Amino acid sequence: MESSAWPLLLSAIAATYVWRALGVLLSARIDPQGDLFQWVTCVSYAMLAGLIARMTVMPLGVLAETPLVDRLVAMAIAFAVYFGWRRKVLPGVAAGVAALILFAMVRENGLLGG
Amino acid sequence: MPEGSTGRVVVRCAILDALGLPSLVLLASMTGFGSLARESSLSLELALLSTAGVWGLPGQLAFAELYAAGSEAVAVVMAVSLANARFLPMAVSFMPLLQVGLVRRAWLMALVQLLSVNTWAAGLRVSPLLSGRERRRYFAVFGGVCMTAALIGTATGYLAAGAMPRPVTFGLVFLNPVFFALIFADMRGHATAIALAMGAVLGPLLHLVSPDWGVLATGLIAGTGAFWLARVLPARRQRP
Repeated sequence: MESSAWPLLLSAIAATYVWRALGVLLSARIDPQGDLFQWVTCVSYAMLAGLIARMTVMPLGVLAETPLVDRLVAMAIAFAVYFGWRRKVLPGVAAGVAALILFAMVRENGLLGG
Repeated sequence: MPEGSTGRVVVRCAILDALGLPSLVLLASMTGFGSLARESSLSLELALLSTAGVWGLPGQLAFAELYAAGSEAVAVVMAVSLANARFLPMAVSFMPLLQVGLVRRAWLMALVQLLSVNTWAAGLRVSPLLSGRERRRYFAVFGGVCMTAALIGTATGYLAAGAMPRPVTFGLVFLNPVFFALIFADMRGHATAIALAMGAVLGPLLHLVSPDWGVLATGLIAGTGAFWLARVLPARRQRP
């Protein structure tokens, strides 16, 4: 798998750099508030939201070892802290991460079953 | 920073500005990415190259996840690129500010690699105070500090995922979705909100349909739908 990862990553880096380079080259000629950009922004946010939801609901890697209910509750705790603490991202993230770690540790020790 | 600052003053301000919240957020979020990269069976070198080369967490995340899923190469490259498509409007609005007084555009083509949400916001903020030359100095130093913090975070997360107890690794990888979920919760704008909601629903469903193309299809369908809905809905509401 590793042998194919290098060309794949280099292609992905080049394909990302295209946006940057186009931005430099076209800067005088296009309107960043235009329809095309709004559509591209919608597409990339929708894609990312889909990826995040999929990682939470049906993760591929190591997170698949945790029960769905743990991930959902931990995510809910992250949102609760975020909204309760003047919309600060870092405390919310810390709370969500800590919650999932705590759940996993409790389960490891057999207190919650599962 | 005082208006018209030059040389060392600009460098010092750039370092101090970058060492605050931007470095902290990058350190934390890239620690999560480093752990995810390891659990996606990428090497440490690839994880670091992905941070420095893609230099935008959405694209990095898409790379690690789709690589782990074994998606087709074309789908991976397109998804990574589209995840960071916002670099185009960001570069369009910001790079002309760096170009002032610059003869060779090659420098811009190098500096634009440092463009990220953090460096863009900081660059826009200080530009009115500085000459073109000093803007470039500030941007290069600020971006350099940010990238250093990100690389340290990536390496830390990568090594921690192997060394820490299993529950901690769960938490570090979980950092990725939680971080973006909260960033999204902070977003304003009609079209953006619809795109996020539709994407979140469609993403898992389309993944079941096609692990290879589900992510891209989600973006195109939900993104186009949101773009269209955002223009149609307010227009309808205005009618009697």
